[in-house]
Amino acid sequence: MNIVVVVKLVPDLVEELTVDASGTALDTSWLRRIINEFDDHAVEQGILLKERSGGQVTVLAPDVEGADDILFTAAAKGADRLLKLSGDFGSGVNNHALARALSTTIKDLKADLVLTGVQAHDDSDGPIGPLLAEFLGMAYLGYVAGLSVQEAKVTARKEYPGGLVAEMEVDLPAVLGIQASEKPPRYVAVSKVRQAMQTAKLESQAAPAWDMSGGLPVARMFQPEAASRATLIEGDAEAVSSRLVEILKEAGVL
Amino acid sequence: MSITTQPELTASAAFLDSLSSFADGERIRRCQQCGACSGACPYGYLMDFPPSRMITMLRADEFETLRACDTVWMCIACYACSRVCPIQIPLTSALMARAKEEALLAGNVPTELSQALENCQRYGNVLGQSPRKRADWAKDLSPAVRVLGKEAPSTDILWYVGDYGSYHPRLQAVSRALARIFQALGLDFAILGPDEVTDGDSQRLAGERGLFEMLAAKNGQALKRTKFNLIVTPDPHAYNALKHEYPALGISYPVSHHTEFLAARLDQLRPLLREPVKARVAYHDPCYLGRVNHVYDEPRALLSAIPGVELIEMPHTRETSLCCGGGGGGMWLDGFQWEKAHTRTSEWRVQEAVTAGAEVLAVACPYEPIRFEDAAKVVDGAGSLAVKDIAELLAESMGNPGGA
Repeated sequence: MNIVVVVKLVPDLVEELTVDASGTALDTSWLRRIINEFDDHAVEQGILLKERSGGQVTVLAPDVEGADDILFTAAAKGADRLLKLSGDFGSGVNNHALARALSTTIKDLKADLVLTGVQAHDDSDGPIGPLLAEFLGMAYLGYVAGLSVQEAKVTARKEYPGGLVAEMEVDLPAVLGIQASEKPPRYVAVSKVRQAMQTAKLESQAAPAWDMSGGLPVARMFQPEAASRATLIEGDAEAVSSRLVEILKEAGVL
Repeated sequence: MSITTQPELTASAAFLDSLSSFADGERIRRCQQCGACSGACPYGYLMDFPPSRMITMLRADEFETLRACDTVWMCIACYACSRVCPIQIPLTSALMARAKEEALLAGNVPTELSQALENCQRYGNVLGQSPRKRADWAKDLSPAVRVLGKEAPSTDILWYVGDYGSYHPRLQAVSRALARIFQALGLDFAILGPDEVTDGDSQRLAGERGLFEMLAAKNGQALKRTKFNLIVTPDPHAYNALKHEYPALGISYPVSHHTEFLAARLDQLRPLLREPVKARVAYHDPCYLGRVNHVYDEPRALLSAIPGVELIEMPHTRETSLCCGGGGGGMWLDGFQWEKAHTRTSEWRVQEAVTAGAEVLAVACPYEPIRFEDAAKVVDGAGSLAVKDIAELLAESMGNPGGA
């Protein structure tokens, strides 16, 4: 079983985000990048599968600042192979272009199972998972929380809103969008990461020329703007509740 | 510090061997199983293997059982066991810290603790806050608190603020009080600001030795860039790390706890203490100031200097002080420990303060105001108990023109 986990780095929301001079992108000069939380779960799920049923786990990340740390941490957790997709990420690469480039690498890796986070909190212009599946010609199943591997298929638990869960069989090769790993992503001690830094090998593969087609151009990026649509209802509880009922009736809710 | 793989050694023997790298670590071989340690441990009654039984298990070659056991995470590194050991085995700093390290490396670590540790790896503070905002608490103070920058990296007193004093609103109040006292004394002092990271001592005692070394190296670099005569810190854990652990890593500077530092300047401080603070005050000895570093009298001298304060003692006092529960990772294990114990040492301590008739529980460690105030909410009769750092009481007595 050849498992490939695709991870992305996203802006760390611990720092305040600012828009750059162009008004269409984030200012990256102070940007801190962290692993996309759902991708972290995908790494964990890949390693859990390996521990349970064997196989090899390759973690693949775009080569932006912070990627090395994330890959070494994955190695310390048990990933076998670390791979960076290198290229010019400076001018902003949309998910379509990124997924196209990643899919060429994944084809070379002859993946049986591709895991990635079901979503990421960066551009939200179409998740990587379904795009990868399209470019790879594989099946896609998203919102997966737990799976088991049989010979040439997986049984995955897909989460639906309202607490519904479906068990689905998917023929391999396939791409799964991970909502949550079966266990929380494990903590890896600093000493183990240090060890991985000394022993694990970082491989790099150049991305082909970006093909941005299919993506949407950003017209304007801005901070949420304050609006003055809120109305404060004055008066005692009786008056406030009567007025509230009126408003709800006017709005056609009651 | 992972176990060396010598084929002739069992895992238990290798573990015992690894303790020899700690000062007096080889004493563990002379343990006669008196059991005093396990009796003194506040949570010993619910640990599967409190220190003496852990030693029994190691001698019985049951290392794997120990590594898989989760009650090691009840240890709050309070040094109660170490204090009573008749042959002074380093139970807290060596045995328990190593046992936690092995559990942690094997993946046996509660999620809430691992989140705190991950925050330290990523941001340099346990609260997961932006490192760039570390000095924000001091932003609006007047007079301003100087942040050592690249231009003038020199000061007489370097104030190591710590995570909670920097980021936690309750402890920022203590930082503001301390700033006022330093300013009233006319001291030349400054903070490291964004260059400061958490001291890592409690992380070390929670078994994350590698993280401790990484954090110490970062603080070491920041300290190296600056010129100062003395580090002063209101955090006994940072104090302990700077005093006893950092020097072995080549980071060696004189350090004082704020109570020690201020007590030495009591002659200058006393005339400033004009407003009476009329209260019966019980002082809680923080583990890492008292039991570990034997600073008992200075905090009491400061409290006694405040007009109106009637200093009283609780049953557990000085070297027998009862831990607030925050040490050795306990600060980040509240949920886990509650599930195991359904009680908290902080509640026992607040109960003691109430029974002793205290109106104010005076403290000298940033873990304590939040833990004791939380406990006071559920202990009968503790509704009006105030929890104050000694710095806050001193600032109160100095009068409150600036609104500290």
